[in-house]
Amino acid sequence: MSNVPSDLKYAKSHEWVRVSGDTAVVGITDHAQAELTDIVFVELPALGRRVKAGEACAVVESVKTASDIYAPVSGEITELNTTVAANPALANTEPYAGGWFFKMKLSQPGELTALLSPEDYKKQIGG
Amino acid sequence: MLKRTALYSAHQKIGGKLIEFGGWEMPVQYTSITDEHLAVRKAAGIFDISHMGEVTVSGAGAEAFLNSVLTNDVCKLAAGEGQYTLMCNERGGVIDDLYAYKLSDGVYFLIINASRIDPDVAWLQSQASRFSGDLDLTDASHNYAAIAVQGPRVKEFINTVIPGASSSAMRVAAVTDLKKNQIGGFKFGTSGILVSRTGYTGEDGFEIVGSDDAIQRLWDQCLTLGQPFGLKPAGLGARDTLRTEVCYPLYGHELDESTTPIEAGVGFFVSLDKGEFNGRAVLAEQKARGVKKKCVAFKMTDKSAPPRPHYPIWANGAPVGEVVSGTQSPSLNLGIGMGYVPPEWAAPGTIIEIEIRGKRAPAVVVSKPIYRKI
Repeated sequence: MSNVPSDLKYAKSHEWVRVSGDTAVVGITDHAQAELTDIVFVELPALGRRVKAGEACAVVESVKTASDIYAPVSGEITELNTTVAANPALANTEPYAGGWFFKMKLSQPGELTALLSPEDYKKQIGG
Repeated sequence: MLKRTALYSAHQKIGGKLIEFGGWEMPVQYTSITDEHLAVRKAAGIFDISHMGEVTVSGAGAEAFLNSVLTNDVCKLAAGEGQYTLMCNERGGVIDDLYAYKLSDGVYFLIINASRIDPDVAWLQSQASRFSGDLDLTDASHNYAAIAVQGPRVKEFINTVIPGASSSAMRVAAVTDLKKNQIGGFKFGTSGILVSRTGYTGEDGFEIVGSDDAIQRLWDQCLTLGQPFGLKPAGLGARDTLRTEVCYPLYGHELDESTTPIEAGVGFFVSLDKGEFNGRAVLAEQKARGVKKKCVAFKMTDKSAPPRPHYPIWANGAPVGEVVSGTQSPSLNLGIGMGYVPPEWAAPGTIIEIEIRGKRAPAVVVSKPIYRKI
């Protein structure tokens, strides 16, 4: 059974968002990492890039395939997790902690209400 | 509607993740491609290969017929021996790559790719209709299921799974007495099965063909008796990374109808001196005068995303070819692949670049296989 922490918001495309003030931390969910397995490469967006909600902005590669990661909300990329880029397996082992991908400054905080609650995300993944 | 093998419910039971492959619903992985891959390299793995096709060719003319449609020389086979071979069109393009086994005089058994069963059988029948000798050709694919049991520790338990001596094809006292590329008919309970010492992983191992019922029981027996030796069920994901590390071609990637065995680097399995066969003229000319494209193996030299099929290959600042197979190598822990380039870029040691999502990452052409057992 996948871990879906109750203090996060979720995108249908399996990213999680942890909001504090006008900053959001983004990563991929436990369900996503379990589906991908064997994560061998994480390509992060450029620092300072402005992205729109739903825009592909990172890539995670498992042994088998490359998968796009989408910005759950709009904003500017303000910090990258260089540790997960150096050690991609962290996205498998600690998807909600050391395996986070990037931080962003929200430009449309209202978009947060469109994200899934933990309960709704659990329903989506059949958990 | 996707086809399901006799082991479909066995895969479901142990949590196999199922995907479409060549019209079949097949397990891509059970736990992790990397874990399954390393189990095969270090201990043992078991694969469902029931999707593969089987064709029987028999009759007084079978040998002459097969030598006219396949590139390798079947006359070199004694009863109970098999060989890797290719089937080409008149232009030397590959219709399929396959294993041809001689079970007894005038009786041959072909194992062909799942995705190529229909084109292969249609081609063989059209060739047979122009052949004057005594020949019976049967697509027996629906009669058989099959498994591959691969890895260095398989020989420690396979005789307990299939006890006793063979009763047809290669006569041996035990399964492990089969030598590489030999095939024997054994009894498994009351069922007859064919066991060959072959595989698609670069490891020692066996491939077993039999009825749905026999293969279901064999699968369970192998899991039970192999488990103390580290046997794991392994999916198509690991099968692909294993074969890529040892540079075995996969139809639709390294091979297709517009690519010849010489270009693909499997000219060793083309016997030009056996007499006439489909594609011979083109293959003889390529062997003598060279080719315009060559299948090379490469390794990424820096940390990068893994190479994938269709990524452009660059050399000396210009695009020169395309990746056909690429992955992260679980054994080497770096990106590896194969691709086609003009011969001037094909020598091992040549520096090339792989274009990954618009950015070029450095790589080096290496000799095949990419991974070698120490």
